[in-house]
Amino acid sequence: MADFLMPALGADMETGTVVQWLVEPGARVKPGDVVAVVETHKGAIDVECFLDGVIGDLVPVGERLPVGAVLARVMETGGKPAVSVKASKSAVSAVAQPASPPLGREAAAPRTGQSTPVNPRRKVSPAARQRALQIGLDPDALSGTGVDGAVVLGDVERAGRRTRSVAAPAAAASAAHRGSFDPVQMRQAIASAMARSKREIPHYYLSSTVDFDAAQAWLQAWNRDRDPVHRLLPAVLLLKATALALREVPQFNGFCEGGVFRPGVGIHVGWATALRGGGLVAPAIHGADGRSPAELMEAMRDLVQRARAGGLRSSELTDPTVTVTSLGDRGAESVLGVIYPPQVAIIGFGRVVERPWVVDGQIVARRLVNLSLAADHRTSDGHLGGQLLAAIQQHLQSPETL
Amino acid sequence: MSSFKPFRMTYREACKQAIRDALLADARCFVMGEDVGKYGGCYAVTKGLLEEFGPARIVDTPLAEVGFVGAGVGAALAGLRPIVEIMTCNFSLLALDQIMNNAATIPHMSGGQFAVPLVIRMATGAGRQLAAQHSHSLEGWYAHIPGLKVLVPGTVEDARHMLAAALADPNPVLIFEHIVLYNAEDELDPAVTTVDIEHARVRRQGKDVSLVTYGNSLPKCLAAAQQLASEGIEAEVIDLRVLRPLDTATVIESLTRTHRCVIVDEGWKSGSISAEIAARLAEDALYELDAPVRRVCAREVPVPYAEHMETASLPQVPDIVAAVRSVVKAG
Repeated sequence: MADFLMPALGADMETGTVVQWLVEPGARVKPGDVVAVVETHKGAIDVECFLDGVIGDLVPVGERLPVGAVLARVMETGGKPAVSVKASKSAVSAVAQPASPPLGREAAAPRTGQSTPVNPRRKVSPAARQRALQIGLDPDALSGTGVDGAVVLGDVERAGRRTRSVAAPAAAASAAHRGSFDPVQMRQAIASAMARSKREIPHYYLSSTVDFDAAQAWLQAWNRDRDPVHRLLPAVLLLKATALALREVPQFNGFCEGGVFRPGVGIHVGWATALRGGGLVAPAIHGADGRSPAELMEAMRDLVQRARAGGLRSSELTDPTVTVTSLGDRGAESVLGVIYPPQVAIIGFGRVVERPWVVDGQIVARRLVNLSLAADHRTSDGHLGGQLLAAIQQHLQSPETL
Repeated sequence: MSSFKPFRMTYREACKQAIRDALLADARCFVMGEDVGKYGGCYAVTKGLLEEFGPARIVDTPLAEVGFVGAGVGAALAGLRPIVEIMTCNFSLLALDQIMNNAATIPHMSGGQFAVPLVIRMATGAGRQLAAQHSHSLEGWYAHIPGLKVLVPGTVEDARHMLAAALADPNPVLIFEHIVLYNAEDELDPAVTTVDIEHARVRRQGKDVSLVTYGNSLPKCLAAAQQLASEGIEAEVIDLRVLRPLDTATVIESLTRTHRCVIVDEGWKSGSISAEIAARLAEDALYELDAPVRRVCAREVPVPYAEHMETASLPQVPDIVAAVRSVVKAG
């Protein structure tokens, strides 16, 4: 028997709320299976399980729990499963069919004839909303008996007693949640992580200007005959060049633990992604050094979309071994990053700009990009940092090898 | 020490016995105010005390609130324990400078070097056709001021015992005695010889709604609760007792069981203590609320003289019952 715990999805996470279980008690789970959706300040995250066995004792949805709290227990393979696999299969198929009463917003809409059309927002008392969250009901779908037709505690309690199935309402509740994150909470989390970084990590900064002409020319050639969805952005080359350079100078790919460097296993680049409405998140692009630019482009698109709409996986938040921030074509010219602890480096790219540049004694117009490194002085020195920047620069000069 | 004997007593008598006890117990204690001596007090609270304690302990003052309240502040600073009576809280506005800028402030401005152990008793409230200059409920205003404690005895027991606690407090304490309550009568529990001046009290238990009130609205709420019980609605009645510092915890504790709250206050609604309580519930207990907070307060007019209009301007039992019904539905 092993415990499945509330994961720490980054140094800045203290609590999370299970808003949906994607497995039934008694279901078989294996490492990598997404078993739950956890609401954090980074939005709803699909949490993977790293245990092999039969899951049981699921905590109720809606409960806010600290990192490390037991979310479920897994009877590992070889042990005696708590519930037969047969039973769990039938339970899963029951969930798949929308046999339970309709609970989504859409389902409720046609039935709201009695409520005032002027104010489409459903009236739910604060106490009722809280209780509904605890028992995994969507209060907006209930009919209210309170003041002004508001859904009140009694309505939720009655609906809770009617609804025997656990998973179906949980799914509805999480659908309402998915993608939403609390900007205030996220601001606090960023504040806490960045303050910790600046408090604990002795940063040093290096930067250099990189000739981007070769890379730009290669990109133009690549993109010329491709339809927009398959075109590459400059960011992909910056990412790949960085990942390859980290392979050569691995002292920047990993973590500082108790003042000692621990190398990362694999190069999982945390890709800094700004979220609409404020805040940012830097989920991992796994094994970035081993993927082609086209693969990286697809991974990046998918990641950015999921970061903004919800649905990041827990491993994507816990795995990054380094962070890259690229400001894009509407960004500033340069950036000096703040390291995300316990990582030891953040590599930054400014906007690609056209500037006078000296080539072979001649002033010519060139596309340039400012490349920077902020690194932890406890685990590396500027000399080594210079080597990393030089390696990135070198890779960008031969884009065909990326 | 105590002249207290177990028997039925009026609120007026309780106030008087409390003062008498204080005068007997502490030679530093004296009473000062308009008509407190020869006339025996505008509401007859101090009747007979001049004869018993003499003019040095029971001091009739000119009609000059700012003067005699200021004298009270000075006496307290100098080490005496004055009990100053202001005839009605409407008149206390004349002494507001002394109460706020001196009594409430000097302990802070002196860095705690000077205490002002002053007690000011004043009559408050409407219901005896005394018209707009003698009928208002201004205790909520005073509850705004840091440095003061504001007591609102709503029972004979509190009228009997709050004064001793107020005199023992090193801060200036205001006691608001409701003019309608003076004639209220109740049995006193001989086992109770002191009360705290910190906590609200649940005067009646119930599970459906919390009625939060004080002063003369307390008996009205208890009457409303009794009527509601016959309809199957169990109202919990909370007597705030102290408006500053406000015991929000007791109110929230009740709300966690009832999830509904009706505040009843004879003060006006705008910018009132009822507004403060509602705001605190919104701040600290929003997720306990299962219905909007309702308030039953005085109509926003100067209290009228004519009896039927005065009655209509004040919170009455049917208003309280209606407010409760509006938040406690069959659901």
